[in-house]
Amino acid sequence: MDVTKNRIEDRNIPEIVKAAIEKHGNGRDALIPVLSEINAALGYIPAQAIAEVRRQVHDPSRQVYVNESQLYSMVSFYQMLSTKPRGRHVVKFCESAPCHVVGGRQVWQALEDELKLKNGETSADGKWSLVTTSCLGICSVGPVILIDEDVYGNVTPKEVSEILAKYD
Amino acid sequence: MKTVRSLILVSEDEASNRLGARTLFQNLQDALQEFDLQEEVMLSTITDIGRSDALPLVIVYPEAVVYGPVRPEDAHYLIEEHLYKGRVAEDLLAPIRQLSGRIAWLRARKGTLPAEKRVVLRRAGRIDPESIDDYIINDGYLALGKALTKMTPAEVIAEIDKSGLQGRGGAGFPVGRKWSFVAGASGSPKYVVCNADESEPGTFKDRLIMEGDPFALVEAITLAGYAVGANTGYIYIRGEYALAYQRLENAIEQATAYGMLGENIFDSGFSFHIHMHAGAGAYVCGEETALLESLEGKRGEPRSRPPYPVTHGLWGKPTLVNNVETLANTLAIICNGAQWYRSLGTLSSPGTKVYTIMGQVNAPGVIEVPMGITLREVISIYARGMKPGSTFKLAQTGGSSGSIIPASLQDTPMDFESFRKAGVSLGSGALLICDETTCIVDLAKVLLQFFRFESCGKCTPCRVGTQRAYEILKRITEGQATLDDLDEFPRLAGQMEQTSNCGLGQSAAVPLRDILKYFRAEVEAHIRLGVCPAGVCPMTVERESAQTKTPVLAPA
Amino acid sequence: MVNITINGNAIQVPSGTTVLRAAEQAGITIPTLCDHPDLHPFGGCRLCVVEVQGARLPMASCTLPVNEGMVVTTESPALTKSRRTILELLMSNYYDSGYKDGQKETTQFMRWVKHYGISVKKAQAPAPRYPVNSDPNPVIWVDMNKCILCTRCVRACAEIQGRFVWSQGGRGFNTRIVAGAETTMLEARCETCGACVAFCPTGALDNRLSMGAGKPSTVVTTTCAYCGVGCQIDLNVKDNHIIRVTSNPDASVNGMAMCVKGRYGYDYVHHPERLSKPQVRRYLLKGEPKPKASAGANPGENSDPLWDWVETDWDTALRITAEKIAQARDQHGADSVGVLTSAKCTNEVNYLMNKFTRQVVGTNNIDHCARL
Repeated sequence: MDVTKNRIEDRNIPEIVKAAIEKHGNGRDALIPVLSEINAALGYIPAQAIAEVRRQVHDPSRQVYVNESQLYSMVSFYQMLSTKPRGRHVVKFCESAPCHVVGGRQVWQALEDELKLKNGETSADGKWSLVTTSCLGICSVGPVILIDEDVYGNVTPKEVSEILAKYD
Repeated sequence: MKTVRSLILVSEDEASNRLGARTLFQNLQDALQEFDLQEEVMLSTITDIGRSDALPLVIVYPEAVVYGPVRPEDAHYLIEEHLYKGRVAEDLLAPIRQLSGRIAWLRARKGTLPAEKRVVLRRAGRIDPESIDDYIINDGYLALGKALTKMTPAEVIAEIDKSGLQGRGGAGFPVGRKWSFVAGASGSPKYVVCNADESEPGTFKDRLIMEGDPFALVEAITLAGYAVGANTGYIYIRGEYALAYQRLENAIEQATAYGMLGENIFDSGFSFHIHMHAGAGAYVCGEETALLESLEGKRGEPRSRPPYPVTHGLWGKPTLVNNVETLANTLAIICNGAQWYRSLGTLSSPGTKVYTIMGQVNAPGVIEVPMGITLREVISIYARGMKPGSTFKLAQTGGSSGSIIPASLQDTPMDFESFRKAGVSLGSGALLICDETTCIVDLAKVLLQFFRFESCGKCTPCRVGTQRAYEILKRITEGQATLDDLDEFPRLAGQMEQTSNCGLGQSAAVPLRDILKYFRAEVEAHIRLGVCPAGVCPMTVERESAQTKTPVLAPA
Repeated sequence: MVNITINGNAIQVPSGTTVLRAAEQAGITIPTLCDHPDLHPFGGCRLCVVEVQGARLPMASCTLPVNEGMVVTTESPALTKSRRTILELLMSNYYDSGYKDGQKETTQFMRWVKHYGISVKKAQAPAPRYPVNSDPNPVIWVDMNKCILCTRCVRACAEIQGRFVWSQGGRGFNTRIVAGAETTMLEARCETCGACVAFCPTGALDNRLSMGAGKPSTVVTTTCAYCGVGCQIDLNVKDNHIIRVTSNPDASVNGMAMCVKGRYGYDYVHHPERLSKPQVRRYLLKGEPKPKASAGANPGENSDPLWDWVETDWDTALRITAEKIAQARDQHGADSVGVLTSAKCTNEVNYLMNKFTRQVVGTNNIDHCARL
């Protein structure tokens, strides 16, 4: 965890927020893309980033009103945004029915055992986070797991350790 | 899917298998190779064909000739006569009188071949999705050109209305009517929003359209804008679809560079702009009012209706919200006319439908076929039968918000009206085909797990109802439930159907009803006998998973 | 105007009215929880569903605008069953840890629970989900185990107070009411006005200062003594003591709103050092000269008994004051007098002070304690 923490403190959050706003706009309708951008840059959306977004977006003269509680409410609503630090690699497992009926349950078991993590947890060394996700839209090759941006289809429980070994 | 000249179906059920259907299948395959026919003839299996004294059966399309009983050693002769020489092997014909009603029905499909009819997917995979030139060569911008130069907006809407096109997002609302509502609504500006938040489990048809034919979507949104009197369009695409996002962004850029978007398109005086907007992972944002909330930069909580988006949509202005597949259909209608469109599909549900097929079948994937084909045809013909050793038990249609369909309903034509009559939902076109290794309780548990996680949490019946239903299902899988628990299902389902704020809570009730309606014996076996007939459920208390852990606020 | 029929009664209401408000006007009560007339409709609890002729499903009356010719039924066996189920679902997620709360009366939620004959013991959750007393706020008690997610606190804070402390965190079954970015209320810019407490229908938010105080024996509607706005407030009195201050929904000036002083700053009333009668220095009462300060005493300190404060009546106190002001004006000129008036006075009183100072005393030396 400390690894991640240090990293966040080293980052220039105002600059990251500014860049995200420059890319997506400073209107209320740009908030989700802006927050997604910040989430991608920092791995999650810390309270400082929420405060910074409010500072840079809230502007009564343009009739754009945002506040921290609403921003937090949004961040915690959307699955792709995280309010907590995540590991260097995020393992997303599709738990929807199409993957489930073709062996997903056993793959999930293997992931839990291999990573020694439960859903939503991050490993102590800050390497892995394990989360379930709803359907990713690649159902014809289920069971599917997504590690960072890499998709693995037709996964069997045996392959799990092999796949995880590719990441450091 | 490749086009073949003939299709052979071999019956595959308990009785047929005992009479050598498996060997027969193998022998037929060998014979096809021997005559070098494997490229032109497709071999598949058909299950649950009803009682017959002529098993195993072999049905050959397009002639719909039914042979039976066919012994394994007849395989070579049958292929040689019917497929190689092209004459019916009279001596193997099944006596008509001995065929069940289902087989007689299959025979009525004479002349049909497993051919897809691609309308919305006709360009996907065949053109360069990143080149507008390639798109234009392949009939791109014909529809918009025709509409802008030769038709008034009212004529466009009239044509769509005449075509009988229904929304492909799941509810099947008549598209022409929706367009005319928005066109007739007072208030400006108006907006067109393309619902590309395709999150229904097992559905990826919109992704294929967006990745394979992005310009078509851009053109269709522009067309819709012209028809309803909007100058701004939004594509709300789910955050997970990175490639589709890139391709659409590129398509908007190129279309703008070519003057197909922007000011004064085709010198018609009509201007239109499209903005991309990615979601951030919320199934409920596929609900149109939740999508609008999300687009406005809020939590994706569905609004109360009335008023509806056609009059009070984005920023409170009249807004047309249509699904990707729906919009993609409109181009072909404008190009070829409503009359042509009505020639596809059924009387009440014209056109084609894109289905995504998954589960225990030999060929999972995507097909686009006319409305009104049956589930049996999908499995036997397009999905090339159940996987070896699998028997069709149930299908889950339309993703989580659809229905669970038992084998007994597999001959219901898949169109909006027939499904409505049968009390099932066609939904988004996802077809999850399950065999006897799927436990109905386990499946329902997975569905309710999905709903309780994806519920926005605003209204009581959905937020708490999904959780309570999930807990009961979990207890059943752990052997901890009583028969009284089953009485809770209709009660919870009724409450969710009647009083939920949006379709999500209403859909979540469907599995609760379906499992008791079609599979009560299997559910009761868990409770009465303490066994899971499919051998899936643990039937003992599972270790506490992190998902059921309750959140704890910061302590004082 | 729009004509509608509710339970057989023909009613005329302005267009844009919701069915719920129209029913209220006709004296028909529809059970509600998330609705409050001072807040925007939410449509979350689904207790207020009614049957509308021609509609496929029951509809939430709090968000449903009236339509010409609409025919509404607010009570039926099916609706009763539906409402009971909604309450049971809410109860299944409600946990009362058994402490003595700070409520003035039975909460709105509990009233409906009892009305529909639901047993709290049987229906409530088997265990709490959240820690009780989870926020260190000095005046607001938080127990999210009693929360039914009606979001009245969220809306009251945003729409009335404009502070945006509360919001909904998470989604689905994990939705919970959070302060700011899931911090404490004070860190989330809470001004402790207590509006959220006033609007909470369950006691999830409660008045910390009144925990266990019980029900009032009398409720006195009065005007808040703190400032010139003149908010109407209800003092809950028991054994001649104020045990809490509650909003008076009919208050014409402030409605449900109050500030931290009006709602929580009432302890001065019972303070032993509070002045309850006018006091003057003994030397003034006796008409003697001001005593000299004794040697070595701090400023303002004097051991001379003539320097003591003595209780007197209003007439005497006012007479002395008037004499002293007149004396100062006559001897040293009007500008030797200055008046500092108070934000606790009403506008009318401040106007009179202004007139008194300028016209009676004849000086412009007047100011006000709220000038910053």
